[in-house]
Amino acid sequence: MSDADNLGFTPNEMMTIAASRALESEDVCFVGIGAPSAACNVARLTHAPDITLIYESGTIGTAPDVLPLSIGDGELCETAVTTVSVPEMFRYWLQGGRISIGFLGAAQLDKFGNINTTVIGDYAHPKTRLPGGGGAPEIATSSRQVYITMAQSKRGMVEKIDFFTSFGHGGGGDHRKRLGIDTAGPTLLITDLAIWKPDPVTKEFTVVSLHPGVTREQVQETCGWLVKFTEALDETPAPTELELKTLRDLQARTRAAHQGPPTGKLHK
Amino acid sequence: MVKFLPLKEAVAENLHDGDTVAFEGFTHLIPTAAAHEAIRQGFRDLTLIRMTPDLIYDQMIGMGMARKVVFSYVGNPGVGLLRRARDAIENGFPRAIEVEEHSHAGMANAYEAGAAGLPCAVFRGYRGAGLAAVNPNIKSVTCPFTGEVLAAVPAIRPDVTFIHAQKADRKGNVLVEGIIGIQKEAVLAAKRAVVTVEEVVDNFADLHPNLTVLPNWTIAAISVVPGGSHPSYTHGYYERDNAAYLEWDEIAADRDRFQAWIQKNVIESSADDFACRVEHLRKAA
Repeated sequence: MSDADNLGFTPNEMMTIAASRALESEDVCFVGIGAPSAACNVARLTHAPDITLIYESGTIGTAPDVLPLSIGDGELCETAVTTVSVPEMFRYWLQGGRISIGFLGAAQLDKFGNINTTVIGDYAHPKTRLPGGGGAPEIATSSRQVYITMAQSKRGMVEKIDFFTSFGHGGGGDHRKRLGIDTAGPTLLITDLAIWKPDPVTKEFTVVSLHPGVTREQVQETCGWLVKFTEALDETPAPTELELKTLRDLQARTRAAHQGPPTGKLHK
Repeated sequence: MVKFLPLKEAVAENLHDGDTVAFEGFTHLIPTAAAHEAIRQGFRDLTLIRMTPDLIYDQMIGMGMARKVVFSYVGNPGVGLLRRARDAIENGFPRAIEVEEHSHAGMANAYEAGAAGLPCAVFRGYRGAGLAAVNPNIKSVTCPFTGEVLAAVPAIRPDVTFIHAQKADRKGNVLVEGIIGIQKEAVLAAKRAVVTVEEVVDNFADLHPNLTVLPNWTIAAISVVPGGSHPSYTHGYYERDNAAYLEWDEIAADRDRFQAWIQKNVIESSADDFACRVEHLRKAA
């Protein structure tokens, strides 16, 4: 029997919904593609209807009916308050300090919230060449706060990342400040098993809440560093019916839209 | 002054072996037809610049046309990795390529500096980022007024930029709308610009005054290629072919399947084939 049968929801659904709850109507959120995009749109469709969602293609205040496959799908532009050029997006809106939350996913993450989406292995001779940073290096330093969401695995959550695509808290403590970065950096990590927040002094991510049915052992078994848990550990409230229905409807609409009719379109 | 030319001639007149070339388009308005024409004409030793090298640079790299690629996101947007680009970077197949990697902010600022006639771009970026250590073109300058240390990257100045746009008027002025990306800067930064358009209209008299219009004297050549950005999209004309992006992941995963696909859909095809590829995507676009 799957988790969904036991609990009525999957770990991934719990992750997306827990992430959505961290967002508020007042937020101006720079949205990464994938898991962050789903969470941001669930927030907009439930408790945060006035949230401003921004995608790096230049779409500001967008409200798509389906999740975009890319950061530049047409519906983002059609439903946006305004669409600006890419240099304007990065100069005026991100660098200008207008973004309250940068919401990122990660291929590799360390305990200080540093992210690697560039290479596995050596940069010059990579074992695996990943897509790279895109907008993330500056989203991570110019947004007032950074939220990160990813499913846990030993391969993804590692003691030492192979490349610093986006700077989190570096080696911990006041490392950001020492580099002249005056934004808060990663303040929240939402995985499929738990909610994590940085220790106020060391900045190491610490588990503050376990999702329903999840044990400390499960969190440790799927994480490459020695996990710290806060003393007063919470249990994340289970998804409500409304949250689940909103997410599932959104995903069903998205699947239908992206797959489309099987026409063999790349071929004549 | 701008010339209206068949795509084959527009590419032959403006692109040369060894050129530094940008085929720009930020998810929207990707100049696929122009890139395919470049593949048919078999250029070599190109330096390919693009913020988001997606399918078309995967194809050009896979055909061994690139000496170097300058980029900020080398992925198939929303799908995953670019498998021909990976094969070149990881295995040197079909040839080794030089890589110059930036962030989006770095590339966007560098294009803007190119358009502005500046030698470099200055911005708040790359702080704590590993790219600064592996890319010698990422340096820093100190603000003479505040003492703040800022990132600096050289301006981008392509020999030629290719873009796709909605329409031209009969005089050759070009309208770009929707997600306008970096197209205007990429055109103004380049020595020459070639634009493919969906259609030509009599005039732009009814346009809103603040739309993005590139005057005809900023463009070397215009080619009319309906559907010319497929599988990307043209706002107001046809939708993004998301299924095709998913399908590309499988085609590009195999060297032989890739070659067979290029032979059938690029080498043995022409710019005229794009119109029918978007027919089913036109509806409400």
